[in-house]
Amino acid sequence: MEALLPHKLARSRPLADREILHRALRASLLKLNPATLANNPVIFTVEVGAAVTSILLVRDVWAGSADTAFNLQIALWLWFTVLFANFAEAMAEARGKAQADTLRRTKSDTTAKRLSPGGGIENVSASQLHAGDVVICAAGDLIPGDGEVVEGVATVDESVITGESAPVIRESGGDRSAVTGGTRVLSDQIRIRITSNPGATFLDRMIALVEGAERRKTPNEIALNILIAGLTLIFLLAVVTLQPFSQYAGAVPSVAVLVSLLVCLIPTTIGGLLSAIGIAGMDRVMQHNVLAMSGKAVEAAGDVNTLLLDKTGTITIGNRQAVEFLPLAGVTARELAEAAQLASLADETPEGRSVVVLAKEKYELRGRGLAQYEARFIPFSAYTRMSGADLNGCSLRKGASDAITQFVKEQGGHVPEELKEIAGRIARQGGTPLAVANGQRALGVIHLKDVVKGGMKDRLAQLRRMGIQTVMITGDNPLTAAAIAAEAGVDRFLAQASPADKLNYIRNEQAEGRLVAMTGDGTNDAPALAQADVGLAMNTGTMAAKEAGNMVDLDSNPTKLIEVVAIGKQLLITRGALTTFSIANDVAKYFAIIPAMFMTAYPALGALNVMGLHNSRSAVLAAVIFNALIIVALVPLALRGVKYRAGSADDLLRRNLLVYGLGGLIAPFPGIWLIDRLIHSLGLA
Amino acid sequence: MTSNGLLQIGAYFLVILALTKPMGIFLARLFQGERTFLHPVLRPLERLIYRLAGVRQDVEQRWTEYAASLLSFSFFSFLSVYAIERLQALLPLNPAGMSAPAPDLAFNTAVSFTTNTNWQAYAGETTMSYLVQMAALTVQNFASAAVGVAVAVALIRGFSRQQSDTVGNFWADLTRGAVYLFLPLSLAAALWFCSQGVIQNLSGYIKATTLEGRTQVIAQGPVASQEAIKMIGTNGGGFFNANSAHPFENPTPLTNFVQMVAIFLIPAGLTHAFGRMTGDSRQGWALFAAMSVLFLAGVLVVYGAEQSGNPNLARLGAGGGNMEGKEVRFGVAATALFATITTAASCGAVIGMHDSFTPLGGLVTLFNMQTGEVIFGGAGAGLYGMLLFAILAVFIAGLMVGRTPEYLGKKIEAKEVKMAMLALIATSAAILLFTAVSAVIPAGTGTVNNSGPHGFAEILYAYSSGAANNGSAFAGLSANTPWYNLTIAIAMLLGRFLIIIPMLAVAGSLAGKKRLAVTSGTLPTHGPLFIGLLVGTVIVAGALTFFPALSLSPVVEHFLLLEGRLY
Repeated sequence: MEALLPHKLARSRPLADREILHRALRASLLKLNPATLANNPVIFTVEVGAAVTSILLVRDVWAGSADTAFNLQIALWLWFTVLFANFAEAMAEARGKAQADTLRRTKSDTTAKRLSPGGGIENVSASQLHAGDVVICAAGDLIPGDGEVVEGVATVDESVITGESAPVIRESGGDRSAVTGGTRVLSDQIRIRITSNPGATFLDRMIALVEGAERRKTPNEIALNILIAGLTLIFLLAVVTLQPFSQYAGAVPSVAVLVSLLVCLIPTTIGGLLSAIGIAGMDRVMQHNVLAMSGKAVEAAGDVNTLLLDKTGTITIGNRQAVEFLPLAGVTARELAEAAQLASLADETPEGRSVVVLAKEKYELRGRGLAQYEARFIPFSAYTRMSGADLNGCSLRKGASDAITQFVKEQGGHVPEELKEIAGRIARQGGTPLAVANGQRALGVIHLKDVVKGGMKDRLAQLRRMGIQTVMITGDNPLTAAAIAAEAGVDRFLAQASPADKLNYIRNEQAEGRLVAMTGDGTNDAPALAQADVGLAMNTGTMAAKEAGNMVDLDSNPTKLIEVVAIGKQLLITRGALTTFSIANDVAKYFAIIPAMFMTAYPALGALNVMGLHNSRSAVLAAVIFNALIIVALVPLALRGVKYRAGSADDLLRRNLLVYGLGGLIAPFPGIWLIDRLIHSLGLA
Repeated sequence: MTSNGLLQIGAYFLVILALTKPMGIFLARLFQGERTFLHPVLRPLERLIYRLAGVRQDVEQRWTEYAASLLSFSFFSFLSVYAIERLQALLPLNPAGMSAPAPDLAFNTAVSFTTNTNWQAYAGETTMSYLVQMAALTVQNFASAAVGVAVAVALIRGFSRQQSDTVGNFWADLTRGAVYLFLPLSLAAALWFCSQGVIQNLSGYIKATTLEGRTQVIAQGPVASQEAIKMIGTNGGGFFNANSAHPFENPTPLTNFVQMVAIFLIPAGLTHAFGRMTGDSRQGWALFAAMSVLFLAGVLVVYGAEQSGNPNLARLGAGGGNMEGKEVRFGVAATALFATITTAASCGAVIGMHDSFTPLGGLVTLFNMQTGEVIFGGAGAGLYGMLLFAILAVFIAGLMVGRTPEYLGKKIEAKEVKMAMLALIATSAAILLFTAVSAVIPAGTGTVNNSGPHGFAEILYAYSSGAANNGSAFAGLSANTPWYNLTIAIAMLLGRFLIIIPMLAVAGSLAGKKRLAVTSGTLPTHGPLFIGLLVGTVIVAGALTFFPALSLSPVVEHFLLLEGRLY
């Protein structure tokens, strides 16, 4: 089984550089402010514990207590625990902030040429533009705000947003009319109607998103927060009541030891890493050049049961290609190929070019310029439904078989039944037949076929293992659709689909309890994008589509939906895995601390000291240090996410339970033992 | 362990296994409003009750209305028991001429019986008249058990319905449970118990002269009628102080076996009813399997510990099983089995003194209660308690498969987690906080009869038993004091209603949700992996909460025992 996520992401940054580290270290100190920490009940509890221990430490120093050195170490490590947790969150945020700064630099204040109501042009600051204003941008201008091209066509450099240096074409009308503020016009001049108000542009939103300023806790995160807050409360009860219990037993442990036990038991690992996981998850989506409008959308992507994939561009490589020449009886394949190539020489459509290429590859027919013949190019028209060329007295035509049949008859020729048979056979296989004729002589048929993208079949199979069914959406007839569906390995298809059909399909799926994800770019996709649980809009698409979806793919690559699903799942798995790990850790900590606590009252409890820790102080200290260090140790895992491999729920659960459940149970035993040895050999306790 | 002992345990489990499905089918039919074979006979009685009470059985209630009805019913029940107790001296059927119990004891007992706990801070034969035993206590044995089953049924509906505002009608569920389930079963069991020697009369106590020439008062009363529902309703409050160790309550090994079966009958059946009503009986068997694993592990530990006895006595040449505090009629295996059953299900009837068990044996009985009575558990209470843990297990494990956690197609979200945690915290707090206070104030420590960790275990056991609505006593603690009567009563109330209300809230929330489609990406909740996970969740939740407390009681006592120190 291959990992679903590419190992190295397109724009992945190193986990930390100096700048990020620097920022994170400063932020983790600022986050010690109890008012900020109160949002995180687990770490707040640790901070309160650290504060209490520190205050008692002052008393110890005053009284010259023999416990001073031990209590000092406990207090220090408790503060470290808080700092480490803060550091995890700060790291995740710093990575976003660094990215936001890059974006913000491009958002220098530009001057816009606004059309005044009188018809004149006035220069205003971009920040004064409001929705509805119309501006003019010529070559070299920065586009001052998000909008739609209302007049003209231009090439635009959108690398600021997409990271892609090749310019794109933006033109009025149709599905390529949206432009984004901050991008630059490279050629020509366009008029743009601004669609966003100051501070609410796409770039602003993007900055806010990567910075985490707009971050709201996602539904699962809220639920998990409740769980760990509840566990904290239960452990607080268990530890607070231990004081009277031990009083009954006749030996009361010190406050520092009780606080240590509490901090070790409450789920500090997940408590410290939870928000970092969320921020990093959003960041990972960002690194795939997908802009998710909320963390909720990313989470929903993990829950998706059904993916609606457009055939063209997603499953197939966009256009049909010629794959075979099928001559009629009495015609050689070479003759047919030559005629087809000549008929297509001036045809700039991808289909036309594929005919030229196929002829060249199969029969080594070199493409010839039309100039050397006295050629006249006949363009395709909806009326004749064919195209071709007239040269040297020959009338070469290619087109739909009935159109060609009619053409040949008009020229006084005869078309054998065979042509119809061949065309029918190709159609049944899901291809498109293209008949070729030379004047009154029918020559044969070109087989045009949709070509499924390489590796698509494997990816769809992975999705199936994950329990996600794929539905191919196409405008083709059911016959063609079925053939491509079978070849690509999609579970179902929706043929001759209108936008309304799409919407209905989504509604039906949702009524049956499934969550649906889809991609779209056109304005007529907008209702379906809004209805879907995850709607991934293409950046090249219209504003309406971008606004209806809850994610925008800046690369406009519809296949990326699959990666988004994987990231959503990875995010949830990381949370679950670290929660399990955190709770499983507690067992070892009990075995370290409980016997240490009652060494004097009940030496018999020493039987529980299975790790053979040196003395009660080194045991408690070792548990506290382990608890603090494990947070730092797991920061990279929280930021990168746990490894996600496609598989059924059962496989995933078994694997993750083994690694994080059983692993979490066992790992602390050697860890605490080792730290205890170190403490002892260093003479710290 | 002897083969005879293991055979008893194995036979018992097989009988429960065999009865689960038929019982589940019956329960599912009953609470889905279908006709059962008992309808021709009992339907008129059901209708009569509705007519008298003015209940419209088809009016559906939201969870809040359901909870309000339940609370008002329980409050009324409490008031009636308290009134009858306090007026005991003025009321008939009191041949022994007993005076009214003190207000604190009456309060404790009224709470105890309305919460299905049946904690008894009194000795039945010297405190309560026949009228109180029949009209107050036995009536509550029926009512409180029917309340528990009603809650379980409402929760099942939460899973089986979709996009519904309502979870059923409390009054109809209560009536159906009492009329079709508890009444016929108890009637049959009571009659059979009479045939085996359990007494059923209203005569005065008999004064007998013993062989030694002393006089002995032999208590009498309507025992069989209370004995049957005491087991079937997982109540556990004995007619006599000695509970099921008394020959008039439990005369033969055969009645003993039937009593044990009666305890698990409905809780086991409910797991299957859960599967049937939610449309996938494998889900019910998964819960059954998880409960069975926990139960059998418990039995084996208790039996193993009791059978190997006290090593210090063995050194003195007096080895063999630990017979201290056990009935010779039943022996070690049956007593170990009974003790595990009664603490696993929140029954609380006993045939031996748990106080006299080996520390490890006592540890299991304590732990059974502290895990929240989910190992089959009380009638209804066991199922909704186990579903609470299932929700928590699904939540954590569900995340690990990369989806928003779902159980039976229902998303487990913040509301469900919040309610499950609330219930968990409430019971933990009731046990730990009251034990803590009692361990340090004179009112608490003053009536503990044993020293050291064993004395501490006695306090811990009392509050665990109360909060878990179990009702069995460790003994060794004189609990009939104002402090214990009051605080244990509060623990019982917290342990009952702070689980019921959150679970009804979960039922309401789940009922309103859509049922999601099941795919291979959905966490399967019927396989061995999930069963293991559920078992693990129950153990880990209990162990993490109570490890410190337990290590200061049975755990350390065990190690001290090995060192030769006894308490």
